[in-house]
Amino acid sequence: MSLPSHLWEIKEHIREVALEFGLDPFETIFEIIDYDQMNEIAAFGGFPTRYPHWRFGMEYEQLAKSYEYGLSKIYEMVINNDPSYAYLLEGNNLVDQKTVIAHVYAHTDFFKNNYFFSRTNRRMIDEMANHGARVRRYVDRFGIEIVEDFIDTCLSLDNLIDYHSPFTDQRRSEPESELTETPQIRAKDYMQDYINPQEFLDRQKQKLADQDVKNKRFPIEAEKDVMKFLVEHAPLDSWESDVLSIIREEAYYFAPQGQTKIMNEGWASYWHSKILTTRVLDGSEIIDFADINAGVLASAPGRLNPYKLGIELYRDIEDRWNKGKFGKEWDDCDDLQEKVAWDRELGLGQEKIFQVRKLYNDVTFIDEFLTEEFIAENNMYTFGYNNKSGHWEIDGKQFQDVKSKLLDQLTNFGNPFIYVKDGNYKNRSELLLHHKHLGTDLDMSYARGVLKALHRVWKRPVNIETFFDDKGLVLSFDGAEYTESATTYERI
Amino acid sequence: MADLNKIKQDHRRFKQIVRGKIKQNLREYMTNGEMTGKQGKDIVKIPIPRIDIPRFRYGSKDTGGVGQGKGEVGDSLGEGEEGPGQGEAGENEGEKGLEVDVALDELAEIMGEELELPNIEPRGTERLQTIRSKYSGIRSVGPESLRHFKRTYKEALQRQISSGEYDPDNPIIVPTREDKRFRSWKETAMPQSNAVIIYMMDVSGSMGEEQKEIVRIESFWIDTWLRSQYKGLESRFIIHDATAKEVDRDTFFHTRESGGTMISSAYKLALKIIEDDFPIEDWNVYPFHFSDGDNWSVDDTSECMRILTDGLLPRSNMFCYGQVESPYGSGQFIKDLNEKFSEEDRVVVSEIKNRDAIYDSIKTFLGKGL
Repeated sequence: MSLPSHLWEIKEHIREVALEFGLDPFETIFEIIDYDQMNEIAAFGGFPTRYPHWRFGMEYEQLAKSYEYGLSKIYEMVINNDPSYAYLLEGNNLVDQKTVIAHVYAHTDFFKNNYFFSRTNRRMIDEMANHGARVRRYVDRFGIEIVEDFIDTCLSLDNLIDYHSPFTDQRRSEPESELTETPQIRAKDYMQDYINPQEFLDRQKQKLADQDVKNKRFPIEAEKDVMKFLVEHAPLDSWESDVLSIIREEAYYFAPQGQTKIMNEGWASYWHSKILTTRVLDGSEIIDFADINAGVLASAPGRLNPYKLGIELYRDIEDRWNKGKFGKEWDDCDDLQEKVAWDRELGLGQEKIFQVRKLYNDVTFIDEFLTEEFIAENNMYTFGYNNKSGHWEIDGKQFQDVKSKLLDQLTNFGNPFIYVKDGNYKNRSELLLHHKHLGTDLDMSYARGVLKALHRVWKRPVNIETFFDDKGLVLSFDGAEYTESATTYERI
Repeated sequence: MADLNKIKQDHRRFKQIVRGKIKQNLREYMTNGEMTGKQGKDIVKIPIPRIDIPRFRYGSKDTGGVGQGKGEVGDSLGEGEEGPGQGEAGENEGEKGLEVDVALDELAEIMGEELELPNIEPRGTERLQTIRSKYSGIRSVGPESLRHFKRTYKEALQRQISSGEYDPDNPIIVPTREDKRFRSWKETAMPQSNAVIIYMMDVSGSMGEEQKEIVRIESFWIDTWLRSQYKGLESRFIIHDATAKEVDRDTFFHTRESGGTMISSAYKLALKIIEDDFPIEDWNVYPFHFSDGDNWSVDDTSECMRILTDGLLPRSNMFCYGQVESPYGSGQFIKDLNEKFSEEDRVVVSEIKNRDAIYDSIKTFLGKGL
């Protein structure tokens, strides 16, 4: 249902205020729906037209239950599309709705202007419907069991993509090894021994030989986009190949939302606060607003609330750039009192946060703007599992620890780095994946599950080399059983 | 706008998958008794293993995370395995598995399919009646909240047409008090067949915790199945050592006595309960007796056989005896029963060596469809 007129007016007013503040959102279409519709659309990840799959039903059951038990409700949902779509929950009070509308406009501003969203499909609503229609056609032909089972298989692999590949040149450079002669630097005869000494020629020869070996490899370079490799090279039926590409495409579409969770929610929270408290609410509504806002920004032990961290960081950046707390002079200053009182009255805060929302993602955002002072002020800590006590415990408050742990979690979405290393392993068309071990072991029982899915796609034995319990290990699955064998692990 | 049927389809698929998983793992559920503790009135919570999609991920204990809030180094963030989420919500999903609510009726159905249990042909006439009220009647008085709009409108329309007040160009219908019609209930008597389960258990010193746990798990599945077969199901509980007494469910599973064992005392009491409260023409009677097979004396055993033959069996659909193995029991009683009743279909005995045997034991008990 589209907005009733009183909400329409409020929405128009909020939009105007947002534009005055410099936000530049997509055109946003609001619909107001009841909780059951909200749960349904949320179960579909925002797209009511998605392909059929049981996990949406599971999602729905959980959302519906937690709503019925009063544990949670979804206030709002917004879809990255041009125009954007946003859903409001019918029966929310007016202050809720105002908060949500302002929040949504900041999101659609972020979708439109953040660099990491720039390659996403802005007609995704149509594309999703298209995917849905294609999958439904396969279901009609092959039956739900078979198609759904294959979708399960693909979903096991859907985090094996290269989040940066939308921004890199996709063409592979031509292999340069067809040379038969050893390349050497041009020189006059009498200078030959000096300019191209024998060691140099040997080195060149060796390089050429190495290159030859490398070019015979398949793939030539380790491939992070495992899904793409499978789409291109796995022996799949055409419908299977289509389903795999659909899942891959959707994974890439959703990736920037995961990559910018803190920034995006922080940005939306920053603006709903600012727009509402300065321009929209009257005195009688402030308490209600404070109540909602406190709920949005609440944090529980051991959980990092992206809304809270995001908004605090933007405010910190704004304050620092307003006061000139950056640059060499600031960095070199050791005097605490001077630092506290520091104010160069630059007033660059607003400009800076707009620039940040344009160019950064969560990893670069945290890396650049999370400061020691910020961590202390916001009581941030690291925690870990204490095997002795059987509890999760706070284990430190050191700046470097907090920051690197946070970055670890955000990098690659906290997913392990997995590459296709060899598509013709043992010269037997087996598949070899490589886990780039960065200090944390894989969960082996999940890894087995993934290998099974991978085998379903590759149809030949599949292997992954990793480092486990301080030893190199190859886990293999040949379609019937798993084997583990020792290997010398060399990280790529 | 979303087409609600779509999510219903996915939801139905999800339920189907859950059902398949339960079926697949039924033996395991019957063994570990985990779900029997999570029983509501009509539903039971069942933990479903591995319904999540496996993906490459880190082993969780190694990782930990970053948090925000009050607390000093060394402070605990909460107890136990589940632990806090790691940064982003939902990352720990799957770790805990999923608990789904399953209606007991549905569970019984699954159980029936998997164990190939025949449906029971209720004995006797369906003489007992329960009164059900259904909102299917119409009255001319009632509360506004039950007003039947369509019927009221019809009445008003009729009246206005017949009195000539109705103007087709300006069809405004105004109901008066007399026009109003309200929904009301009608009472219907439904015949139903009822059953009673009489659980008897030996609580003498030789029956340990594990033995009782086995009995508890068995009784859950027996209840579930018979409840699906009979509209009205009652349970009565008798514990005995050398003497027998009737107790409530909770006491039944948590009492431990010492001293000797006279099985006949329990059978006598069961017989008395049946005679007093459950006339055989109205009730299907299911006595279940669990013990470790030790009885005080040969004399008492023959007394038991006599009560069974003359008293319990004629009044029951069948008589079930489950013998749980304990380190102390001689296990003699099952042999005696077998010897005496080898020709009698309605005496069903089962030896339950350990939890793994529960599945087959249930199948033996309920597989006859009596």
